[in-house]
Amino acid sequence: MVTEITKLENSYEEAFRTLQGRSKNSRGSWLPHLREKAMERFAELGFPSVKDEEWKYTNVAPIARIDFRPLLLADAVAPGSDANRLADFTCAEAAQSQLVFVNGVLRGDLSSLTALPEEVVAIDLSQALTNPGYSEIAREHLARYADYVANGFTALNTAFVDGGAFVYLPKSVTVKAPLHLLFISDGNRLATFPRVLIVAEENASATLIESYASTSDADYFTNAVVEVVLKDGARLEHYKVQRESAQAFHIATTMAELGPNTSYDATAITFGAALSRHDIHVTMDHEGAECWVDGLYLVTGNQHTDTHSVIDHRKPHCTSHQLYKGILDGKSRAVFNGKIFVRHDAQKTDALQTNKNLLLSNEARVDTKPQLEILADDVKCAHGAAVGQIDQDELFYLETRGIHHDLARNLLTYGFAEEVIGKIKIDSIRAELDEAVLNRLNARLEA
Amino acid sequence: MSTVELLGKQEYKYGFVTDIESDVIPRGLTEDTIRLIVAKKNEPEWMLEFRLKAYRHWLTMTEPKHWPNISYPEINYQDVIYYSAPKRKATKASLDEVDPELLRTFEKLGIPLTEQKQLAGVAVDAVFDSVSVATTYKEKLKKHGVIFCSFTEAIREYPDLVRKYLGSVVPTNDNFFAALNSAVFSDGSFCFIPRGVRCPMELSTYFRINNSESGQFERTLIIAEEGAYVSYLEGCTAPKFDKNQLHAAVVELVALDDAQIKYSTVQNWYAGDEKGVGGIYNFVTKRGKCAGRNSKISWTQVETGSAITWKYPSCILQGDNSIGEFYSVALTNHAQQADTGTKMIHLGKNTRSTIISKGIAAGKSNNSYRGLVKVMPKAENSRNYTQCDSMLIGSNSGANTFPYIEVMNNTSSVEHEASTSKISEEQLFYLQQRGISQEDAVSLIINGFCKDVFLQLPMEFAVEAQRLLGMKLEGSVG
Amino acid sequence: MLEIKDLHAGIDGNEILKGINLTVKKGEIHAIMGPNGSGKSTLAKVLAGHPAYQVTKGEILYEGKNLLAMAPDERAREGVFMAFQYPIEVPGVSNAQFLRLAYNEKRKHLGEEELDPLEFKDLLKERAKVVEMDASFMTRSVNEGFSGGEKKRNEILQMAVLEPKLAVLDETDSGLDIDALRIVAGGINQLHSPENAVILVTHYQRLLDYVVPQYVHVLANGRIAKEGGKELALELEQKGYDWLKTTATETSGATVRAS
Repeated sequence: MVTEITKLENSYEEAFRTLQGRSKNSRGSWLPHLREKAMERFAELGFPSVKDEEWKYTNVAPIARIDFRPLLLADAVAPGSDANRLADFTCAEAAQSQLVFVNGVLRGDLSSLTALPEEVVAIDLSQALTNPGYSEIAREHLARYADYVANGFTALNTAFVDGGAFVYLPKSVTVKAPLHLLFISDGNRLATFPRVLIVAEENASATLIESYASTSDADYFTNAVVEVVLKDGARLEHYKVQRESAQAFHIATTMAELGPNTSYDATAITFGAALSRHDIHVTMDHEGAECWVDGLYLVTGNQHTDTHSVIDHRKPHCTSHQLYKGILDGKSRAVFNGKIFVRHDAQKTDALQTNKNLLLSNEARVDTKPQLEILADDVKCAHGAAVGQIDQDELFYLETRGIHHDLARNLLTYGFAEEVIGKIKIDSIRAELDEAVLNRLNARLEA
Repeated sequence: MSTVELLGKQEYKYGFVTDIESDVIPRGLTEDTIRLIVAKKNEPEWMLEFRLKAYRHWLTMTEPKHWPNISYPEINYQDVIYYSAPKRKATKASLDEVDPELLRTFEKLGIPLTEQKQLAGVAVDAVFDSVSVATTYKEKLKKHGVIFCSFTEAIREYPDLVRKYLGSVVPTNDNFFAALNSAVFSDGSFCFIPRGVRCPMELSTYFRINNSESGQFERTLIIAEEGAYVSYLEGCTAPKFDKNQLHAAVVELVALDDAQIKYSTVQNWYAGDEKGVGGIYNFVTKRGKCAGRNSKISWTQVETGSAITWKYPSCILQGDNSIGEFYSVALTNHAQQADTGTKMIHLGKNTRSTIISKGIAAGKSNNSYRGLVKVMPKAENSRNYTQCDSMLIGSNSGANTFPYIEVMNNTSSVEHEASTSKISEEQLFYLQQRGISQEDAVSLIINGFCKDVFLQLPMEFAVEAQRLLGMKLEGSVG
Repeated sequence: MLEIKDLHAGIDGNEILKGINLTVKKGEIHAIMGPNGSGKSTLAKVLAGHPAYQVTKGEILYEGKNLLAMAPDERAREGVFMAFQYPIEVPGVSNAQFLRLAYNEKRKHLGEEELDPLEFKDLLKERAKVVEMDASFMTRSVNEGFSGGEKKRNEILQMAVLEPKLAVLDETDSGLDIDALRIVAGGINQLHSPENAVILVTHYQRLLDYVVPQYVHVLANGRIAKEGGKELALELEQKGYDWLKTTATETSGATVRAS
């Protein structure tokens, strides 16, 4: 195993050397130094194995086996994607507030930021790193939260930090239009390392859509890391929509650091990829923070999706809500692992965690592991998990009202998902989900 | 109302040492140790082979120190005495031949063994360090075809039954502690309930560790044939020593078609003092196999003792329509650590399992529930319901819940619910306002919290368990 | 319209209905009465096609067609409606969404145009008057968090929307206070016409003060023990069901589940 990985790492190693060679003298020494350390760490860690408790149910050997080529910004040929082909993935609400990345490269021609207030910064991360106005902010926060020492994928992403998005919300700014970061991949055997840093200053408020999609059915590898920093009283609604190609591998990490009295509302929607894994880690190290860490995964065929979440209550008077729902068909498999930590000081914590799964097929499989680790006594914590199928009494009830068996199943499936879909405030995403949930089932009806 | 530092200094009333001369083998573990145990116990060749196989496997295994939520200093397995028996060993033809000192010991523990004083309706096998010293009501049970005797006797008298079932539920290589037990187990209880027999009385084993240097490695095997029923109780205590002692038991249950086994434990091993000095390391493997259709195995445990508890009484639901149950109260105080729970493995169709776990953590203790519910593809229409509630008393303890749920077919449903709370100040105030002392109020609330589990215990045990809980928590809330 | 011949049916191998014969014509109202466990609700569920019940003998003809050969949803589209004794809660699915789907399924079945949400909203508003329900019920999930009376009114609202030919109302009066009973009964009367038929399954006579049946059938031990006109219900009210037990000399079977 070790020898195999070492051999395959060489293609990452080679690209890494090229990247480092070009970066010399250009951006001070800290960034190449960070990358160097991350690459060293990746060389030590390699890709995780199923022997690691955190990866027990998700085997990433297929990612290790394929010789993905990292695409370096400087080498990237402007790809052929045009605005028309992207129409399926853009959001009407964010037509004038989107950054589009194609195979990791920010495409100015497809992006528009005219709907954003002037003081809001949304630029390519590589620009931010060289811009004297922002490089200090970037340096202060980048790789500060996403731990490349513990996680091989984060290490690999950090080793290739170059392009990506840098979003800075100054004090008290309220952004009405949702900012859409759209990452499109379409190159076979390509590895991309999207990196996003969002810093919201005091009382800033915004909505972010982070989405991944493909215009082809290529078997690429996305390894994304997103760091979110919310200062006093800041508010962020964060949607992650994953619609990668059916052959793709999607590994993503979201790290959110919540300041006092902040509000972080995250919703992760998973449709795509052959294998996907999302680690979301919310740290509440200040009083009065509140977060929602919700998600919906819809998988079928041989898809495998894995969500690992950590909600870390470190200080008193914080509240967390978590609701993950899964709908599984075909031979798909879903993993949910949710940890809630309540540290010794975190009195008056209120934490609720729920994971519910609906199995539509007898060959689908769910492994769920909600966990509570509580070290403070004056807290309100509860969690629940359920795996089940469509309720026969509900089905019968709908049928007695003349609704076809399969359509009744659709409706009940929709009813199951509604709790998550209903909270989404972006109409176009909600409409897409409505359609996806009802349609995937309509397709069964017509088949 | 504020939660204060622990004041609980309630004496562990079972902490006395019996002064008795013992036959003790030298410390340490080699193949020769095993041969020595086999020779002392006059065991047949196949037992030696069973033990050696387990021992050789054990050598290749590592202690499970990584995944459980417990920590303890390195155990030197060569520093343990693997066999210690009271010298004047009873032939057990008659209880009169048992050393009076031992009879006094058990009487002091509330387990009178002599004919005149025996507990009505409960047959007891008394295990002292490494050996069984007495079994009551043996003859009466025999009339019903029920075999209840020490493991040593079972190997001698019923070798075919022992050979057939020993290691059939917990293989010798199952885990580190089970392998160790398989290699060196010295005694324990054997129960066999033949087809169609409802065991006329409760069977029980009382375990006592007396020697400060020895570990206790006992083995229990219960077989309920077609349509049989048995309720089995287990209690345990040990003297107070500053040194930790190792208790690594293995319990195997087999239920054939339509059989039912109800297994209840009240575990009150010495837990160490407030600072965490001394106490038993209770590393136990308990597993039942519902081998037959419509069979049922029910585990009920009240875990209040031991410095460290590592045990997961489990059910393998192999027969169609079989039922597994796990009811648990785990209370930790001072520096105790518990990582306990269950595994329900659904293999057969229409299998059902219920898990009710109540964890109470006081002092600086750490209390974890760890459970696996696994529904295999062929276990159609299976159901599990799990409820784990934790209660924290004082702000220096920890309560954790680690459920693993693996579902591989869509006709089954699994539901898990867990919550963590503290004793509500309003509740306490309300009870106190009605004239109930604070400690009684706490005890009342805790007992209410654990009610669903206590209801599963046989009457005498339930009373004992409630009393024990109250005593263990005394002074922990202020 | 409906012809039940020597119907035997049960659940989990226990026979509950032991030979029911019943004919219902257009425009009629029938009441099925009987003590707990007599098989009333079983009959209603068998008519609707509940999958847990097995028919072991006999037949049911509905408009000349074999009703037992139809799936529950087919029966519904053909005009058979059952109001549930315990209406099911369907989380996440709004009442309006559910009703429109059911309504359009039926329109499609009849070869008619489907209604779009706006058109349907108007229709729903109109029909909701029948049971005096206000608009806020339409956006809530089906029966979720409804009181007992609201659930029963919602059943009658569904009946109003789906316009069945044969409505089987299973203990629709149970758990209703007097005002709710009046509303529900008023709804049933408004919806009854010479073109459809109603079967009221009930334990008590009091619903029959509001919805007057032409025929009353008394079930005991899985069989019709007595039949008559509306006055039979009043007789039952006075005498209770005990006297039936002597007339129905059937060996006691496992009828506990049938209530």
